[in-house]
Amino acid sequence: MAKKPEKKQEVETTGHEWDGIEELNNPLPRWWLWVFYACIVWAIWYSIAYPAWPMVSGATKGYMGWSTRENVAQEIAAAEEANSEINAQLVAADLSAIPGDEQLAGYARDAGEAVFNTWCVQCHGREGGGFVGYPTLSDDSWLWGGSMEEIHTTIAHGIRNDEDPDARWSEMPAFGADGLLSEEEVDQVINYVMSLSGEPKDAAVVEAGAEVFEINCAACHGENAEGMVAMGAPNLSDAIWLYGGGYDALYETIWNSRFGVMPPWTERLDEAEVRAVSAYVHQLGGGE
Amino acid sequence: MQNYIKLIVLGLITFLALIGANYARDLAYLVNALTVALVAGGLFIWVLRNTDEPVQAVDLSGQYMDGVVRAGVIATCLWGVVGFLAGTFIAFQLAFPYLNFEWSQGYLNFGRLRPLHTSAVIFAFGGNALIATSFYVVQRTTAARLWGGNLAWFVFWGYQLVIVLAATGYLLGATQSKEYAEPEWYVDWWLTIVWLAYLAIFIGTLVKRREPHIYVANWFYLSFIITVAMLHVVNNLSIPVSMFGSKSVQVFSGVQDAMTQWWYGHNAVGFFLTAGFLGMMYYFVPKQAERPVYSYKLSIIHFWALIFLYIWAGPHHLHYTALPDWASTLGMVFSIVLWMPSWGGMINGLMTLSGAWDKLRTDPVIRMMVISLGFYGMSTFEGPMMSIRAVNSLSHYTDWTIGHVHSGALGWNGMITFGALYFLVPKLWNRERLFSLSMVSWHFWLATIGIILYAASMWVTGIMEGLMWREVDANGFLVNSFADTVAAKFPMYVVRGLGGVLYITGAIIMCYNLYMTVRRSPAVKSSHSAVPAE
Repeated sequence: MAKKPEKKQEVETTGHEWDGIEELNNPLPRWWLWVFYACIVWAIWYSIAYPAWPMVSGATKGYMGWSTRENVAQEIAAAEEANSEINAQLVAADLSAIPGDEQLAGYARDAGEAVFNTWCVQCHGREGGGFVGYPTLSDDSWLWGGSMEEIHTTIAHGIRNDEDPDARWSEMPAFGADGLLSEEEVDQVINYVMSLSGEPKDAAVVEAGAEVFEINCAACHGENAEGMVAMGAPNLSDAIWLYGGGYDALYETIWNSRFGVMPPWTERLDEAEVRAVSAYVHQLGGGE
Repeated sequence: MQNYIKLIVLGLITFLALIGANYARDLAYLVNALTVALVAGGLFIWVLRNTDEPVQAVDLSGQYMDGVVRAGVIATCLWGVVGFLAGTFIAFQLAFPYLNFEWSQGYLNFGRLRPLHTSAVIFAFGGNALIATSFYVVQRTTAARLWGGNLAWFVFWGYQLVIVLAATGYLLGATQSKEYAEPEWYVDWWLTIVWLAYLAIFIGTLVKRREPHIYVANWFYLSFIITVAMLHVVNNLSIPVSMFGSKSVQVFSGVQDAMTQWWYGHNAVGFFLTAGFLGMMYYFVPKQAERPVYSYKLSIIHFWALIFLYIWAGPHHLHYTALPDWASTLGMVFSIVLWMPSWGGMINGLMTLSGAWDKLRTDPVIRMMVISLGFYGMSTFEGPMMSIRAVNSLSHYTDWTIGHVHSGALGWNGMITFGALYFLVPKLWNRERLFSLSMVSWHFWLATIGIILYAASMWVTGIMEGLMWREVDANGFLVNSFADTVAAKFPMYVVRGLGGVLYITGAIIMCYNLYMTVRRSPAVKSSHSAVPAE
């Protein structure tokens, strides 16, 4: 670079000319050439040090003994080794005792958060905030129960899936589509359900709806519509709605029914991870 | 007689395309077949009307063939704006997902528009710019008219047909799912024919040159044309599922397919976007600066080094995948050795300006070319750096890659093309000068600031995202979910979109300026006759 500016500029041209363009006969810039050479020398060394040249029955391995597959296997083994003791404690512990054990709970919260953020967050949202159709996990309203054991069962076996015979299972009938209720009765029961969470509705319709409810819905959702954890039947008397509490959403729910599913996680996670994520969900806000 | 052969061929194509449309198994194939039938049918009628009309024999051999270059310039501007618009729109789709409108699902959502954008800017804008400038440059530097007569028009219109078939195919769901090689089998076949015709014209013109030597720009153009033909054919080896459907199955599978794809993909960058555009640079920079090329020796050395090294660098796109370590090492090593050969082009371009640096103040077109060489230098440094495995483990799959590509594409390819267009339009339409130099200045600044916003925001999100993905807590557990990284990127996505808005605004100003140059600038005498330089 140093000798670029004030050197006598006019070197010879090559004597060729195309459409008015000529070419100067400047030598290769020194620094350019040396950096080029340096790169080549480095490349030769690097390809000796690392796996590089393909031969007849395999490639050269390089003298550094470097291999991506072995490196990652070592890193995974090291990470597993580092946590193996506490993982064993976590698996051995009584589920309901985990939240009370400061050391285990702290570890399970960190580990569980990582599991949650990898596998669960897509549906249940950051910190269990939930989306329509995917329950909020940070409140104390639980479809299938909020104790450590119940959360653990739900995560391990999933909901309404065919993969796991122990999956949580219940199915609401499609009251309208299957002809169990008439259009008018569906309308009445929607009005009744909406009135439960404080919506002002026509008293006569609500009363008719209450009767429809008692005959068709109370078996699962309870006399007072407060839900039933054993059936995974939601509480309909509060302001928390899985699929929405407006008229249209309720109409869809009652007419066609809903069928929310969750996979069994034992297929992808080991027991320590299932327990960790159970403890994480448990401490999000509503653990029982 | 020739017309009768044409009529038979066109009639046959129309007939076959209509049969294809009748038996079409999917919508994309149907629309593409109808497009082909329409084009071939239209040409049939056109040829029929001209058949047996008296033809005046004119000797054009002493004249340059500039009509096709003019058409190429118009197509470049048009596709450029289309491609930039698509890019800006999808940038905002990423920032504001509701722009994936419900009513347009399956047609105008991000997944369909993204290949439309990349193909429009690389192959439609860049490809037309390369074809047009190469036709211009090869004639000027060989002092010969294009070989093959109307074959050049066949290449031009055939290439536009490729673009239209590919673009409509993408929107309707026909894709091979190979990046930058998305068009399905029949579009690939057609492109092969068009490209071989292009190669024939280029070589034919070089063979009948009236200059003793072949100018360096033509080495680059020729290497680009030959290599792209080879890459295109090998990477698109596939077997159609049906003659009447767009779907095809790749011949290679698994990691072999991935390796072929990135051998292609990287050399699309290397030969399409680097070698081809260096050809452009080697003609238009010395012309606009009115200075000799800095070093003949450097041009030889860096040309051969670039050609030899680039072709091996592809595996760096597949670090830490199923690709064996040895291939990944070689990809990285060749990429790093490639650094200086790439910079050779930048040095030769920039040093050509020595003795003419004052023009930077007065000539915004030169300024455009200089900044394009600057971006070229920057991205050809960044590329080898990102190919280093340790860097790649952070940068790969992040927006850093997108930023890198765009500082190259918007900065280098875009700016050098704009510079060439500003040079070409007055020459091609026999105008004394451009309509407005201050508009060129506006274009320059809008584009430059747009690129800086784009590249800087993508560096920030890319590195942030890479760091967030690998962040672990004291127990070794990942801290962030993928959705966290997406949420964190939002502000930079908006900045990126704004960069795109500035860039496209500049391009629209250019189109207006060029249009007004043709309409309003004072005319000069034609310069289309071929005279060898002595």
